[in-house]
This record gives sequence, C-alpha cells and structure tokens, in this order.
Amino acid sequence: MSPLLEARDLVRIYQTRRGLLGRPSNVRAVDGVSLKVRRGETLGVVGESGSGKSSLGRMLLGIDTAQGGAVYTNGKAMPVFGSPEWRSLRARIQMIYQDPLAALDRRISVAEQLREPLDIHRIGDSESRMARVHEVMLSVGLRLDQADKFPHELSGGQRQRVVIARALMTEPELLVCDEPVSALDVSIQAQVVNLLADLQHDRGLGMVFISHDLKVVRNLCDRVAVMYLGRIVEEGPADTIFSDPQHPYTQALVSSVPQPGRALKSRIILQGEPPNPGNRPPGCAFHPRCHKAEDICRHTVPETRSAGVECRAACHFAGHASLRELA
Amino acid sequence: MNNLVEIRNLRVAFDGVPVLHGIDLDVAPGEALGLVGESGCGKSVTWLAALGLLPGKASVSGSVYLQGQDLTGAPRQALERVRGKRVAMIFQDPSSALNPVIRVGRQIIEALRLHRGLAGTAAKTEALRLMDLVGIPDARNRFNLYTHEFSGGQAQRLMIAMALAGEPDLLIADEPTTALDATIQAQILDLLITLRHEMSMATVFISHDLAAVAQVCERVCVMYAGKIVEEGPVAQLFDTPRHPYTQGLFDAIPSLSGPRRRLVPIPGTVPDPRHLPTGCAFEPRCARARTFCTQHRPELLPQPEGRQLACAYPVPVAQDAVQPEEEYQ
Repeated sequence: MSPLLEARDLVRIYQTRRGLLGRPSNVRAVDGVSLKVRRGETLGVVGESGSGKSSLGRMLLGIDTAQGGAVYTNGKAMPVFGSPEWRSLRARIQMIYQDPLAALDRRISVAEQLREPLDIHRIGDSESRMARVHEVMLSVGLRLDQADKFPHELSGGQRQRVVIARALMTEPELLVCDEPVSALDVSIQAQVVNLLADLQHDRGLGMVFISHDLKVVRNLCDRVAVMYLGRIVEEGPADTIFSDPQHPYTQALVSSVPQPGRALKSRIILQGEPPNPGNRPPGCAFHPRCHKAEDICRHTVPETRSAGVECRAACHFAGHASLRELA
Repeated sequence: MNNLVEIRNLRVAFDGVPVLHGIDLDVAPGEALGLVGESGCGKSVTWLAALGLLPGKASVSGSVYLQGQDLTGAPRQALERVRGKRVAMIFQDPSSALNPVIRVGRQIIEALRLHRGLAGTAAKTEALRLMDLVGIPDARNRFNLYTHEFSGGQAQRLMIAMALAGEPDLLIADEPTTALDATIQAQILDLLITLRHEMSMATVFISHDLAAVAQVCERVCVMYAGKIVEEGPVAQLFDTPRHPYTQGLFDAIPSLSGPRRRLVPIPGTVPDPRHLPTGCAFEPRCARARTFCTQHRPELLPQPEGRQLACAYPVPVAQDAVQPEEEYQ
C-alpha cells in the first residue's frame, strides 16, 4: 500500500536581492527533500530557523508549489494549487499553525470558525454541521458554553484547541503542525501535546510535526527528520535519533538542549551560526561548524547513507565505529 | 547590609488590579538567581517595578534597596544613575531592543559615554573590547554595521555588550534565549556564565525554561500568580520540589532521555488576576488541595532544610512519605 504522504526530491527556491538594485540571487530553502509518512505515524521535522522546515510544511500541503520534485498523497500526485481537486484534497490534509490568535478570525465566534470548514467543503446540512461542531469541541476539551466566545476571550491554550478543532472538522487523514505548542506555557503545552497524541492514536491520523523543541518531538513522534540548510541530514526512529545520533549536527542539537543535572561543560557547544542559505558552503554544508570535519567534507557533498536500523544520515563518517568512539 | 538588592513587600497593581502580591527577594553580590514561572506570573514585572520602568498607570508600593539606597519613589535622576550603570537589563527580543538606524558601534559608545564618561578613541577601544568579550567575530570590521546585518544570536551578544558597558553590579536577563535556536541558546547561556565569573557581577535570570535556569543559576524562585511560591538552591528544588506547582512544572516537561511517558499537565489555566481565588491562588489546579486551601492564602515560610515554601500541604519528601496515613486521607 502506498504511504499516506510521500515527498520526492522537493525543491523550493526563493529569490532575494541585496539592496534595491542588487542582482537577484537564488536561495534554495528546501533542497532535495524526500520523506514518507505512513498512516497513523507521526514524523517530527526538527532544525534551526532557516533550515527550511516551514517551507517544507507548506509544500506538503500544496500551498506552495514545489519547484522540483513532487508530493504524493495515497500514491496520487498533488493536484495544482487552487484547482477543485486540490480543494477537496485539502479537506483531508489540514494544517495547525503556531500562533492561534493569528490563525483565527477575531471577529467571528468559536462555533462559526469551526463550522466554516464544513461550509466550504459542503459537508452535511446545517443541523449536522452544528452537531459536528459540538462533537469536535468536546473531543479537544473545549466546553460547549465556549461556542459563542470570540478568540480574544479565550486563553492561549484554549485558542490552540480551537485551531486544532477546526483542523479536525473535516476528518482529515493527515495533519501538518507547524510549531503548534511553541507559543504556549509549559503547563498548557503539556495539555496540548497530550491532546495531539490522543487524537493521533484514536483516529489513526498521520502527522507531520514541525518543531524546534526537541523534547516535545521526542515525546510525540515515531520518526524524526533533522534538517540543516534545506536538506535532511539525518532521519530515523525517534528513540534512536535521540539516544544514538549519527550526524554530528544531530549530536550537537541533542546535546544543546538544557537538561537539569547535566553540566554545561559536557555539552557540545557549536561554534558560529547557521550559514546563510543563499551562501551555502561547498561540500557538506555543516563542515564550517563541525568538530569532526576533515578534508573530504570541504569539497564533497556527503550522500545519504544507511546508518543503523531504519536510520539514514548524510555524513561521510556516519555509521563508522570511529565516529562513535570520538563522540 | 550584605545584600546587593533587597526587595521588601513589593506590590504592583495595574488599574487597581493587583498583579504582584508582596514580593520579598534578596540578591547577594555575585550571585546567580533564577526566576521561573509562566507568562503573567509577575517575574518580569518584579524587576521593571524595582527599576521604575513600569508605565504611569501602575501603582507600586513596597521598597527596593540597592546597597542601602531606596529606589522606590527615588527621583528620576537618581534612578537614571542606577539603570544601565549599576543594574543593566537585557530582553528577550534583541532586534527590537537595539536601534535599527544607528550603527552598532555607536550604540555601544553611547552607553559607554553615558555610564563611564568615555569619549573618542578610548570609547572606541573599549567598545571593541566589549564586542570581543561577548564573542562577536571580527569586531573591528563589523563595528559600523547596522543591527539588521547581525543574526539573532549576535544581536543578543550586542545587547549583552551594551549591558556590560556600565560595568554593572547586577545583570537582569529577561528570557534572553527564548527567541534563539537551540544551538545558539547554548552559546548565549555559556557566555552569561563566563561573563558572570569574569566580571563578578550578580545575575538575575528570568525564564520559563527550568532546565536553562538550572544551568545558569545557584538559587531559584518559582513564581505563580504574582507571588513567590517556592525558593531554594537549584539542586534542592530540582531533586525534591515541594510546592505542587513546582512539581507540576517538572512533570509537564517532556524529557530527552529515559522511557517515553505520557506528560502530566497541570489542569486548568492560570487564574485571571481580576478574579483570584480567595485562598491559595494555585488551589483550583492543585491535586493536593484541601478545604483549608480554599480559604487561606499560604505565606512564604522558611523550611528546616533551607528553602522557603508557600504551601499548606506540600509534596512530601522521602522521609515524610513513611507516614502515608496523615498525608493521603
């Protein structure tokens, strides 16, 4: 059976120019990304800002058209943006955004916001639509008396529940979540993470979870893809990625997460900043910041290779015993 | 008086709604103190109030002493000699705190002129030294750039350089790494720790990230709804949190190692400051609450093991757990 979602060699190029009259230059925000999401599986996409995570998410939904490669849902190619086929597909693939206040319409009540997807996709009659609104509100932990409230009358966690509820209205098969809990406080964040985990488990949803918060990703995701400068540098089961990362960038990323009881000195602190995607270093893009870089890394782009069970990594030294000894 | 800063019964109200309910807090010279809590708990307001930075509609009472000098109600001129000079502050979003139309070198020189009276070559040399100190690579060539030409992490380094210009006794870092990527966050935390030792200044680290606080600080205050609910050394608080809210915060954070477990969220939400519960502010969300908690607001009281705690029925520590009958009725 074909996977729920498959992306092959996706490329997204933005044109930028320096100054008003500067020459336009191409920034490859996403550069040859392939991934698969199976039914009922959560794929985490992690990386720093500018690594292309959000651009990737938008392409998976077909909001941005890929300039190279293709997206397949249930084995079928993504229809053209705005076409009737694309619209009906969008009922089955929904997105959850980071900032709930920006994603919600401030002038209409919660119930109307939730009804809107059903109106747009012409699902059911007005009675069954309201019944569905109430059903979904309860399933995400909203109270029915909140149906007539406006977004500004709700707390941050409740607003994010409304956004999630709205995404669930059309009974999608796949959710793309772009930093869904980053704007929430710790105690509320845990509520929303649990809610997503339950929904995913109960409904067998496929989920792409884009986040920079590694702790949340580890808790929620089955598989994780690590992005650096528009490419996936490592991908594998969440447990393996976090306990035995193969790519030096993943190692640094995992190690940079503050954990109580672990001294700062034992962490790998990367020097420098992520380079500008418009000015990609030759060879392995990570080599200027990599403490294991050797000559080969400076001029040869590493191929993605298998690095353990169900793991792949784009590093010349991935899977070598020598690297593990160094780490 | 040995403390650098002593805050006594600090209260703040906005439009008659109290948001800070009597904060008592000391900062010793050279100490690193963490303030932890969720948005709206008053961790930033505490320090904005202490430095007279709140807008006019805020009514502030209580006292704030900086080495014996009372800052509350002090004239503007006196406050301006303190702010930026003896107590410096850095904020979450460096790009909005820096001036976008003035070259960064000049911004640092401005701080040096105001706080240390430096001018000309001396100021420029010192500004370059500060840029080197906070780890801006190639400072000499980047002296004349504008802020938008720096990345977020480097803009935060520039903010820190400006904060250090007055050689402060106390640096207040308000969520300094929240807007930064994980690997850059690690760099800035590392920088704050190094600078504190090199310049022997006290640091107050305001954050919602318990783990980041644990790495930078020696002592932590946990705040909830405008009050300190638990205070103590980092290790003690992290090993055996006793306030149910502190415990709840730990349980709500997913971990990076060990078996994956379902998160334990704190139910409900932070109370509206306009309608605070009559008793303990945490009572509606607390699993350990009893009838007593709905009527009595607990005071922050010193505990035998050295911490301070504001809870009538705290989480038992290991030896207490032997008497389950009393605790779990």
